[in-house]
Amino acid sequence: MTKASRWLSKNLIRIYAVLGFTYLFIPVIYTIVFSFNDSGKSNLVWRGFTFKNWTNPCGAADVCNALGNSLKIGFLSTLIATILGTLIAFAIGRYAFKGHGLVNSLIFLPMATPEIVMGSSLLTMFVSFGINPGFWTIVIAHIMFCISFIVVAVKARIASLDPRLEQAAMDLYADERETFRKITFPLVAPGIAGAALLAFSLSFDDFIITNFNSGSVNTFPKFVYISAQRGLPAQANVIGATMFIVAIALVLTAQFVGNRRKTTA
Amino acid sequence: MVWLAIFFLAPIVKLVSTSTQTQGVNIGEYVQSYRFANFLDAFTSAAPQFFRSFVYAGLATLFALIIAYPLAYAIAFKSGKWKNTLLVLVVAPFFTSFLLRTIAWEQILGEQGLVIKTLRLLHILGPTGHLTATPFAVVAGLTYNFLPFMTLPLYASLDRIDPRTLEASGDLYANGFTTFRKVTFPLSLPGVVAGTLLTFIPAAGDYVNAELLGNPRTRMIGNVIEARYLRIVDYPGAAALSFILMATILILVLVYIRKMGTDEVV
Repeated sequence: MTKASRWLSKNLIRIYAVLGFTYLFIPVIYTIVFSFNDSGKSNLVWRGFTFKNWTNPCGAADVCNALGNSLKIGFLSTLIATILGTLIAFAIGRYAFKGHGLVNSLIFLPMATPEIVMGSSLLTMFVSFGINPGFWTIVIAHIMFCISFIVVAVKARIASLDPRLEQAAMDLYADERETFRKITFPLVAPGIAGAALLAFSLSFDDFIITNFNSGSVNTFPKFVYISAQRGLPAQANVIGATMFIVAIALVLTAQFVGNRRKTTA
Repeated sequence: MVWLAIFFLAPIVKLVSTSTQTQGVNIGEYVQSYRFANFLDAFTSAAPQFFRSFVYAGLATLFALIIAYPLAYAIAFKSGKWKNTLLVLVVAPFFTSFLLRTIAWEQILGEQGLVIKTLRLLHILGPTGHLTATPFAVVAGLTYNFLPFMTLPLYASLDRIDPRTLEASGDLYANGFTTFRKVTFPLSLPGVVAGTLLTFIPAAGDYVNAELLGNPRTRMIGNVIEARYLRIVDYPGAAALSFILMATILILVLVYIRKMGTDEVV
């Protein structure tokens, strides 16, 4: 084997990984770059650099209204789904009750169902009950599919807890409630926070289920989809790029805080 | 719990019952008539799209596996202290709306994009050749959009492998490839199963990629269902299609899990 080919075979997997990441990031970079495009009506061709879109993110008609709806829906459904999901996770993780297995599969099913089936069946139900699709039907739908993810994430966290910590608390004369408040809940909390973050991003990004159950209410993904047909305004890129930066910042802060805790503990 | 029962099970039941209804006297009014022929009608009218969905989703799953496996392998075994950062990087693109990313692909590969101009300049593509509005673009879009669903479970199962088992295999005179084939890959199978399911299921029901990156001849079953619900307002037909889609996927998944399960024992 020559030197070059040996180097190649040794680093093949690394080269591959770099290519893989490039593939993953091409559209993100494209989106960010074109948020600075002096675009005019359609944002297809590069026309020069400008901050115009960033200083005027609501410049395109209806974009901020849609974004506001998305944020409201995301916030509400995350909150409710997190509370319900955490309760379910504790129920499944901690207590043996009748129908345990059934509950488990019921949690799993929504994750194994294509979105279009969930979206369409919800719409069928709303229509047959005479409920007009709108803001609240979206919230209900989002809570529905977020719950499963929250239950799974929180359950995993509960399962990884060391039971000796709770026993120790009990040994130190803490009653059940106090143990839960001072030991169990703080230990599970990071898992809940992570799950809530996931739920928010799922809700914020959902298009298929939303599109079926939204009626005339506009959300950000719906706005993007509809305006894609006649040319997406650069403001959509600005919002996409902002979401990306905010999410990355959140994840990095969480990691940083986590590392700090580990080193100080 | 009750929430899920109400808002997941009830709609499914309603979906099934709607699927056997027929058009009532007024438009938008349906009468329960237990007309099971709806299923047959719906299926025969949308059979090509149905078949196509499964082919596209299958191809996308395969490509995603081919791309994601080495990626997950590199993160699990070769990244050292960069492991967490790389994991964040895998998920990071998915914080940008998936629609924006799909549209970005549409524009990158589209008529005004750089890729197509380069390919035409190099005469790889004729002057009328194009990349968007082809099955290739739809499958590529599906592959891209569901890549993290493949990468993360793969990574999780690879990361759990004890490196000592790999060393042991090497000690027993297995070369790198044999070790991979006989030790690493079988041990990562749970991740492969989870990843392929998480990619295949949403890909089979997706209609956004086919709509944005495809043409009328690349329509998938999702497009048909969407059109019947929201444009033609043929609820029974669309409900029947949804139901067939769900049932088919469930059967496929069960067969697949069973098959992979026995493979693991052997």
